[in-house]
Amino acid sequence: MPHDHHDDHPHSLLPSDPALRVKALETILTRKGLVDPAALDAIIDAYENRIGPKNGADVVARAWTDEGFRAALLEDASATVRELGYYGRQGEHVVAVENTPAQHNMVVCTLCSCYPWPLLGIPPAWYKSDAYRARAVREPRRVLAEFGVFLPDETAVRVWDSTAEMRYLVIPMRPEGTEGMDRAALAALVTRNSMIGTGLARAPS
Amino acid sequence: MTRIHDMGGRFGYGAIRPEGEDEPLWHEPWHARAMALTLAAGALGKWNIDMSRHARESLSVRDYANFHYYEKWIAALADLLVETSVLTGDDLKGEGDEGRHPLSYMALKPEKVAEVLAKGSPYIRPSMDDPDYGPGDTVRVRRMPENTHVEGGHTRIPAYAAGARGRVLRLQATHVLPDTSAHGLGDQAEPLYAVAFPASELWAMPEHPGDEVVIDLWQSYLEPA
Repeated sequence: MPHDHHDDHPHSLLPSDPALRVKALETILTRKGLVDPAALDAIIDAYENRIGPKNGADVVARAWTDEGFRAALLEDASATVRELGYYGRQGEHVVAVENTPAQHNMVVCTLCSCYPWPLLGIPPAWYKSDAYRARAVREPRRVLAEFGVFLPDETAVRVWDSTAEMRYLVIPMRPEGTEGMDRAALAALVTRNSMIGTGLARAPS
Repeated sequence: MTRIHDMGGRFGYGAIRPEGEDEPLWHEPWHARAMALTLAAGALGKWNIDMSRHARESLSVRDYANFHYYEKWIAALADLLVETSVLTGDDLKGEGDEGRHPLSYMALKPEKVAEVLAKGSPYIRPSMDDPDYGPGDTVRVRRMPENTHVEGGHTRIPAYAAGARGRVLRLQATHVLPDTSAHGLGDQAEPLYAVAFPASELWAMPEHPGDEVVIDLWQSYLEPA
């Protein structure tokens, strides 16, 4: 069923304005009892308030402060983050990749927008953009420069193209001057972009 | 060849324009609604993730290029609902019947949302195929980045890797094969590998001799090299 209908896709029967199109489809599905609008509210609330980059930052801060956790995470991230409750839709199979002075990791999905939802939430608009999807694999250093990240020559870049159901979490390098900081304070330094690999963890202020 | 969604390496897209860390999750209220509607409709159980990806990829080239991200989601959702006979074209036109749908017992209930999101759906399955490769082995990606089961069908071979030589980093597990799963041809799980390619194997002018791209590839996408 590769469906090349050209211009006769069924969606063209809905209103063309996107906001009206979504509203119309929601109304049709609700009237038939196929969708409960309160369930949509609950989904939106989950991603606005519960499932987001704070989860990933907690994982990173644990890896920075607990050598046993770090080793387990690098060995089997799926099982390790699951124990913390960071499991679910779009995060069933997770691999953690660690940045070092010799290697910087960064993540893209050139074919769609695969992203570790239970750890980072809903992907930002730029991650889903055509430009990022096209360029991250071919010219990661120019892409990083657009994010204000400049890597030395001795650091190799490894770009992970999420073509399957594996989801990648970058463990950024722990910033200098953070000795003695507790886990919560460290987690506050871990930005979303640093866990995608388009940023570095913040320096302590 | 592949379809327009297969963007890796293409020229012509311009700057990325990242927003800051505090970028709003949605730029319009309908973005959130489109995302939630797509997830909720998935609970009806009429398609899997590979079918929904294929529906987005099968938008016309013009629509794919012009639609906003969530416009693609909602268009593909409408197309899937008709293709799987959950809705009719008349329903979409607002001229369908108004009664409750026979599938309404499947509708996602608000109190079940947290459980459904947390449950996920794992893609590891037992496979008939033993792994042909192990970490450190050199492999080559099939020259034609196409579905070999269905003409023009779904596949996860990015065109930029076609014919490229790489080295197996790790055997992930045996995973559902998207090329069959997207077309109702079963899971047909295969060994899935993370394969590392030197940038110089993929691009005419690599930025740095040490850089690599790692791609997750199923066993049938690969040949010994």
